[in-house]
Amino acid sequence: MVEPVTRDGILIQARGLVKRFGDFTAVDGIDVDVRAGEAFGFLGPNGAGKSSTMRMVGCVSPPTDGELQIMGMDPRRDGPAIRARLGVCPQLDNLDPELTVRENLTTYARYFGIPRRVARERAAELLDFVQLAERAGSKVEPLSGGMKRRLTIARAMVNEPDIVLLDEPTTGLDPQARHLVWERLFRLKQQGVTLVLTTHYMDEAEQLCDRLVVMDGGRIVAEGSPRTLIERYSTREVVELRFAGETQEAFAGKLDGLAERIEVLPDRILLYVTDGDGAVAEVHARALTPASVLVRRSSLEDVFLHLTGRTLVD
Amino acid sequence: MALLEATAATRPQAGLVGRFPALAVLEYNLVAYRRTWRAGVFSSFLLPLLTMVGFGVGVGAYVEAPVAGVPYLDFLVPGLIASTALQVAIGESTWPVLGNFEWIKIYFAQASTPLRVADILGGQLGFVLFRVLTSSLAFLLVAAAFGTLHSPWALATLPLVALIAAAVAVPVFAYSSSVRSDSYLALLFRFAVIPMTLFAGVFFPVESLPMVLRWLAYASPLWHGVDLCRAATLGVAPAWSVPGHLLYLAAWVAVGWWLAHSAFRRRLVV
Repeated sequence: MVEPVTRDGILIQARGLVKRFGDFTAVDGIDVDVRAGEAFGFLGPNGAGKSSTMRMVGCVSPPTDGELQIMGMDPRRDGPAIRARLGVCPQLDNLDPELTVRENLTTYARYFGIPRRVARERAAELLDFVQLAERAGSKVEPLSGGMKRRLTIARAMVNEPDIVLLDEPTTGLDPQARHLVWERLFRLKQQGVTLVLTTHYMDEAEQLCDRLVVMDGGRIVAEGSPRTLIERYSTREVVELRFAGETQEAFAGKLDGLAERIEVLPDRILLYVTDGDGAVAEVHARALTPASVLVRRSSLEDVFLHLTGRTLVD
Repeated sequence: MALLEATAATRPQAGLVGRFPALAVLEYNLVAYRRTWRAGVFSSFLLPLLTMVGFGVGVGAYVEAPVAGVPYLDFLVPGLIASTALQVAIGESTWPVLGNFEWIKIYFAQASTPLRVADILGGQLGFVLFRVLTSSLAFLLVAAAFGTLHSPWALATLPLVALIAAAVAVPVFAYSSSVRSDSYLALLFRFAVIPMTLFAGVFFPVESLPMVLRWLAYASPLWHGVDLCRAATLGVAPAWSVPGHLLYLAAWVAVGWWLAHSAFRRRLVV
């Protein structure tokens, strides 16, 4: 096995990376560094350019402009050599439903030139790892969504990759299945595998990512660890107030000066503050009586909505 | 398959599949085919048997005059070998290819591995050839049992059907990868496969056709295949020059490969 060619341990380096489809610019000049061993996330609403970026990194989509280096190689020239060291878990499962669970792994391993005996051994290990060993001989078609996703993750590991690309790894899974996938991905991270994932789930990003970028409209709008992003773009705590009555708007004016930032939504008012309980006390001191009060810690979701807006993206 | 096993075991780092990655795609198709091959084998013997009895013996009984100097059944058999090869080749290059893009999306999985577009195409073509060769071999055995083969050159029909198969399968790859719904595939059968089968010299010499249709037959890859196969099983010289036929079919493969490669690339590398 060749050692990863890295400069300062950087496995993926993008500078001014652009992807255009005709007139549409999906990725609009982004700079990214992913270091060996970290879990790196691309966070953003639908259409932000996350998947296009992932496809360029996966060497199945040539960049329109800018620079991209993966393990020191150029995807335009060294696609097969780079792909040989990547593991790809796509957004939509593309397993063969007619083959067995095991055959899906062994046939895929052969695409990497892995000898059949080694492929069988690795398939057995990986099926243990993703807790599908007892389903090894059954067809893929009747498996649940969570099982298929775990099998796709196992398939992505079959070539012992240096980098694993996961495009929305838990979208569409039920809570139990999501937690199992997270737990397995966390194990991979502990084993030193570099994970690059896209997600629009804030909890997923907070759970898994050491570092992430928030993308919107093809650009990177923020970058950092989940904690630093929350510190930079939100406050420590958030107070959610619901007032009985027609609109919340009427009450907003009476809250002036209570918070660093006030956001008025149709059904509630959000106060971004450092001390939640203090703010609530102040609200009561102003003789306001909200129907409900919730004090919570600020989350990546607050950062995300602050940066990318609340407008629905379809 | 045993060959691959041995190579892989003795040279684990650079097996045959390592040097020819298309073989891994062929292998995947063979693994998938393991589920259905029994039904396939049965029909690949049954189909020639039924057509031989129905057309050759039944219809042949009414064709008392020899056709092109030989009994009708002997005239018909090489045409059926070629047209069956065509049908198997087109069957294997339509629904499976569309399905690999649209339904199971396995091509996208393959494209994310070290495989190149040419490897994916090559492996798929390899499987088409495997299917055509096995079913043609079955046909040839049935034909031999009916005593319709008149020359050891009959064995040449095997490489010939492989060439016919490639000549039609590769351009059809381009078509199947460019359409999004399988109703377009039915059009291909209606407007290409059936007319070709009827008018490219399988059932009667193309000389019986009016000039315009005759030139259409000459343009079709099937007629060239039929003429070569017939020459092989009867042990006579073909109507056209052999190199002419081979070059014409090779041109279909070459142009088809270029079309298929760009069509696959458009879907897989965007």
